[in-house]
Amino acid sequence: MAERSGEILLNGRPRILTPGQSLAQLLVELELDPRWVVAELNGEPLGRDRFGSVTLQPGDRLELVRPVAGG
Amino acid sequence: MTGFGEELAALPMEELLRVATEAAPDTVERALAREPLDLFDFAALLSPEAGRRLEDLAQRAHALTVQRFGKTVQLYAPLYVSNECVETCTYCAFSRTNPIARKTLTPEQAVAEARLLRARGFRHLLIVSGEHPRHVSPEYLGTILRALAAETPSLSVEVQPQTEEIYREWTAAGAEGLVVYQETYDRDTYARVHLAGKKKDFDWRLATPDRGAAGGMKRLGIGALFGLSDWRQEALRLAAHARYLVRRYWRCFVTVSFPRLRPAEYADTLARHPLADADLARLVCAFRLLLPDVGVVLSTREPAQLRDGLVRLGVTQMSAGSRTEPGGYSAPEVPTGRQFEVSDERTAGEVARTIRELGFDPVWKDWEAALRG
Amino acid sequence: MTDLLRIADREFRSRLLLGTGKFPSLPVMRDALDASGTEIVTVTLRRIDLDSPEPNLLEFVDRDRYLLLPNTSGAEDADDAVRLARLARAAGLSDWVKLEVTPDPRWLLPDPVETLAAAERLVKEGFTVLPYIGADPVLAKRLQEVGCATVMPLGAPIGSNRGLKTRDSIAIILEQAEVPVVVDAGLGAPSHAAEAMEMGADCVLVNTAISVARDPVEMARAFRLGVEAGRAAWRAGRAPERAVGEGAEASSPLTGFLRGTA
Repeated sequence: MAERSGEILLNGRPRILTPGQSLAQLLVELELDPRWVVAELNGEPLGRDRFGSVTLQPGDRLELVRPVAGG
Repeated sequence: MTGFGEELAALPMEELLRVATEAAPDTVERALAREPLDLFDFAALLSPEAGRRLEDLAQRAHALTVQRFGKTVQLYAPLYVSNECVETCTYCAFSRTNPIARKTLTPEQAVAEARLLRARGFRHLLIVSGEHPRHVSPEYLGTILRALAAETPSLSVEVQPQTEEIYREWTAAGAEGLVVYQETYDRDTYARVHLAGKKKDFDWRLATPDRGAAGGMKRLGIGALFGLSDWRQEALRLAAHARYLVRRYWRCFVTVSFPRLRPAEYADTLARHPLADADLARLVCAFRLLLPDVGVVLSTREPAQLRDGLVRLGVTQMSAGSRTEPGGYSAPEVPTGRQFEVSDERTAGEVARTIRELGFDPVWKDWEAALRG
Repeated sequence: MTDLLRIADREFRSRLLLGTGKFPSLPVMRDALDASGTEIVTVTLRRIDLDSPEPNLLEFVDRDRYLLLPNTSGAEDADDAVRLARLARAAGLSDWVKLEVTPDPRWLLPDPVETLAAAERLVKEGFTVLPYIGADPVLAKRLQEVGCATVMPLGAPIGSNRGLKTRDSIAIILEQAEVPVVVDAGLGAPSHAAEAMEMGADCVLVNTAISVARDPVEMARAFRLGVEAGRAAWRAGRAPERAVGEGAEASSPLTGFLRGTA
């Protein structure tokens, strides 16, 4: 897939990026409680303490994951 | 993971000993029927009450032995290469200050001994020596092993404890088995009978099988010298050690042995805690029940009639026709330099014949590495 | 008398681990966890469905009371499993991980080769690793050697509720184990759990048998009792069975040789 500027790949789907947006700000926009969110940015796990300081860049691959019921 | 030293310290000895001395008939009955047994069941089998059930114990042990090993007894011969020793062990003729005739075989002499043993049928040799860093150096033993490996299918060593690196060199040279007896698992007794030398270090010796396994040894032999300390305590700790080795080194074949003190030149071999024949028989059975796949080794320290009887209870390996001095097979008339006096003085051929009469097959060589090198 | 389960550096009173999957609702799950007495519960990581957010599992699991054990469910190879474990740790869930590598979608049987590879990597990265495996004694030893905190052999395929179909192999694993053995998967009834515990298993993990029961909360309580009964029986040392219908085999005395010796 050709990479378009100003977009990130969020959970496998393209999403227009607000310039300079931090991960914490994105979570607010998505109405997700950061306490329950597990994030992986470009294949690397991201601790919750870094949500506010990480600024998303065009082309980033972001996975937002959470714990669910399982055996 | 922790080593056996920690496990030994953590054994609930007080409770185990209570069972080993006071077990009620029901407790013994249950232990006899359990599968697998735990250490408390094993303790019950050491109790006086279990002494009254010896025949039942023997029947169970016999059935298990035949199931796991078939009706076979493997024969091996000790090959003493040196009686030089820097240790001071009160019970041993090789002890440093004893004025025995000292001798260290050259590789050629060792090969000559091995050839005599091979002519008698032996394919499994146990290389034995005193503990002397110069006369019996790791390099010397490596040379001996290489010289013997060429014509001996199976080699074990019972010599001074070494490092993992040296064991790796020895296994590369052809050794497959490592035998090291703790002598006694009671630290106080250990200190009382090991007066000087490297052997004073209880924990270094205790961890020797671990280093051997790490160095590539395929068979690990342990044992206690019975007579030095309370036999029930020794048996419990020896059992715990064997069980630890079986679990940790699951690729290895583990053997146990229960040598009893024998007269030896210049040595103090008075058994302060004697182990009676019937109790030795019980140990053979109890170990078989606790650890059905562990080999039980019996040497010529024991008299012929007793050895023959124990074959059916669980003994899986026996020495025969043994000489306990360096060069003893080539020059049997040499009067001194033996480690201890053998009791069963029959020739290997006679022992093999008796084993056959008992309905068992004497095995000179049970296996050989499929590939070497 | 205290009889604590010790895994790695932690101690637990309960010997029943619970999975959180397939409950009719999160409140029912919460009540079942409570009734089971469990102290360790497994959870899974999944991508958030951004279109239809669901209620949060963790609001129903009191983390002061339960140790969360993230699993690597969904991993098809070692790389997947390591990635999921790292995510769970980064998210502050736990550095304990129930390692599951199940490329087979039909039976969810664990891949032994990938599981061993992943275990080795995760132990090196400092995880406390609890691997889910087929009841293979040699694999169990290999996993202990690389430093796993437990081994978790299956009694029967996940969700099959068939009980201890692997009984003989589990007996060998127990005989050889140097770490706690958790019988995981396939236990369908409290009697199955009791049977595993009577054999000497250190604990069991149950999910479907509870979550899919008509009354999960009552079944959770039943499993608690089954596990406790089995554990107590193991500690008590069960009485031996007596063979029925087999004639006693007459054998000649074996100890006659001792007469006349010292």
